[in-house]
Amino acid sequence: MKTPFLHSVASIVRKDLLVELRSRELITSMALFALLSILIFSFALELDRIAREEAIAGVLWVTVVFASVLGLNRSMAMERDQGNLDAMLLAPIDRSAIFAGKLAGNLVFSLVVGLALLPLMTVLYNRSLLEGWLLVVLLLGATGFSTVGTLLATMTVQTRARESLLPIVMLPIALPVLLAAVRASTSILTGSPFEDWIAWPQILLVLDVIYLVLCFLLFEFVIEE
Amino acid sequence: MSAANQISASVRPVDVAVETRPLPRLLAGLTVVTILGVIAGLYMALVYAGTDIDQGDVQRLFYIHMPAFFGAFLAFGATVIGGIMYLRTRHEKWDVLAVSGVEIGMAFAIINLVTGSIWARPIWNTWWTWDPRLTSEAIMVLTYAAYMMLRNGIENPEQRRRFSAVYGILAFVTVIVTLVIIRIRPDTIHPAVIGASPQNAQGTFELQATPGVSAALGVNMLVWGLLLPVTLLWYRIRLENFALHVDALKARLLER
Repeated sequence: MKTPFLHSVASIVRKDLLVELRSRELITSMALFALLSILIFSFALELDRIAREEAIAGVLWVTVVFASVLGLNRSMAMERDQGNLDAMLLAPIDRSAIFAGKLAGNLVFSLVVGLALLPLMTVLYNRSLLEGWLLVVLLLGATGFSTVGTLLATMTVQTRARESLLPIVMLPIALPVLLAAVRASTSILTGSPFEDWIAWPQILLVLDVIYLVLCFLLFEFVIEE
Repeated sequence: MSAANQISASVRPVDVAVETRPLPRLLAGLTVVTILGVIAGLYMALVYAGTDIDQGDVQRLFYIHMPAFFGAFLAFGATVIGGIMYLRTRHEKWDVLAVSGVEIGMAFAIINLVTGSIWARPIWNTWWTWDPRLTSEAIMVLTYAAYMMLRNGIENPEQRRRFSAVYGILAFVTVIVTLVIIRIRPDTIHPAVIGASPQNAQGTFELQATPGVSAALGVNMLVWGLLLPVTLLWYRIRLENFALHVDALKARLLER
């Protein structure tokens, strides 16, 4: 008798959020890293007003992706070190439910960091980032790289190099998503006409679907033991 | 895990008698055909095809540049097939095909990058530019470098083959992106050969404008896009099988 798909997904997400609420391990390190990252970028690039308009989307996305890599590593290492991955494999649930659950958890953490950055960067870079379409692009982009990230992190925590391997294997694969997300965000923030950039969110959506399908299919092969 | 354990674990599924035979006839024939093909292709590119009016002799690099990308495409495609078949059948030979495809594909991709770079120096006045297509191809090469790193980071042979298969399938996304990016990013300066070039393309040319171009391209496509990668793949697969065979023999010695 298998637990229904949605029910098992919800339980895994609830477990991840509960652990996080009690330990605050992931969110603290991700948020601190993100804060440091935008401060470093602001110094390193010595951004004046015009350069800021051009670079701000890039800074936002690089920060969100690296913070997510940090979070993905921790989230998967936790499952493995405390033996929970084995427990989930033994439980009478679909393998794809495990993937969906971990993906949803990781996506929530990435989105929290991304959403927290928007008002923060609005203050620090003096350019309003609180736009409706930017939220849509943030959601689509975060979905894309969280999907590949969840699959690849499950693989890399089982290897010798562990933490150091995830960015190397994940960034090139996630790059199409990043390219489209940065292009869309820059156009939105520089106020280009709608017809000029609407293709980018559409490409993002297509990429998300491709990655979701591929990763759902491939996930069962990375956790069989 | 001790060395002896590791070797014997990697060996069990190997058929020890495999690939101790001399060079198969077909492969020997293919090798001769390929060598002749490379010579013919070079003759077509360097002598037979007419000189491009705008670009001069440097344009002749193109006859190797573009076919080499398709050679890489074929080899990386072999990795995808190897990966899918490995996950389905769990037979080691498919993993051998996949890893061979990655190495041969990287060689062709680097030929593609280097010839393009030499061509770009006089035509674009720079060795390298962060054009969308150049960037995406550089990332494609890095993805397959990451494949090799991932492979070397896993000790358990069964797990290594399984993870490599998964990553080899995912990595093909970057190949497709490199292929289609000049169609979806209008700001590229890279010319397209099939169909219309992007508006800002620099150093484009017409297939029909100079005599002999189409024929030279056709021959080289056959050589660099098909014959050479297939032959090299075959040799690389044999090499991998020999290496596994040696591992098996070593393990036997250690068991004594």
